Amino acid sequence: MKATLQKETLPAPTERTQNTQYVAPDVNIYETKDGYTLEAEMPGVNKDGLEITLEGHEITITGRRSAEVVPGETLFREQHGADYRRAFELDPAIDTSKISARMNQGVLFLTLPKSEQVKPRKITVVE
Amino acid sequence: MNVIKWQRPTLATWPTFGRLSELRNEIDRLFESPLNELTGTSQLLSGWTPALDVYEEKDSFVVKAELPGMKKEDIEVSFHDGSLSLSGERKCETKHEDAEVYRAERFFGRFQRTISLPAAVAADKIKAAYKDGVLTITLPKTEEAKPKQIDVSIS
Repeated sequence: MKATLQKETLPAPTERTQNTQYVAPDVNIYETKDGYTLEAEMPGVNKDGLEITLEGHEITITGRRSAEVVPGETLFREQHGADYRRAFELDPAIDTSKISARMNQGVLFLTLPKSEQVKPRKITVVE
Repeated sequence: MNVIKWQRPTLATWPTFGRLSELRNEIDRLFESPLNELTGTSQLLSGWTPALDVYEEKDSFVVKAELPGMKKEDIEVSFHDGSLSLSGERKCETKHEDAEVYRAERFFGRFQRTISLPAAVAADKIKAAYKDGVLTITLPKTEEAKPKQIDVSIS
């Protein structure tokens, strides 16, 4: 099955022209017969900085780092410090009312169950 | 290593031009391949290199490392002879048997990073905290390494 969950869409142009810069978090996406699981790495983001919006069949994940004071003088920097954003187009089989999210140590776990109608069903043959 | 498609030698209509572009490709390849190979292998060997920041405050150094999705017990922090070592292993939290994988961008496995600090640090006072996938290590400077205010009296 060609799932559309993997298809990415870019944030709307109006949002990109804003001063805020976003980076796309690294994700893992799995599909089972019951639904999809999405894991997104957003170190520095906690539950309160997370925003998940659903528009039709497009889901957008935005993660804002908790604003903290940068201590002292920077000697060495590898972290980009930017907020996270990534959008995905959902498989129409997903029951959008049942999407759930949980955050654990900077990793977002998104559970996207498929609606009952599309789940594979075993039909027993009666004589 | 680049795999170059083997091409059947054909009679080119413009032999000189053909040779020229071949030569050019060859040179490009020479310039690109060692670099590609270097970066390729280094990534393969190191696997996961968590992003690390080092800040200096008046009395201490602060090291921040991005380690999303780890267990506190799986992070090892050690300090020896002026250098700070971070290592650990990230394990896949959930089993994904009979699941179809659409994207696998996250890295699971071991990592190791070592940095040396520019001034003496009180090893027994080092503190580490892990929150929201970020490890913050505070390393207080020794009394000798702290900047001192010296009053100079001008007579």
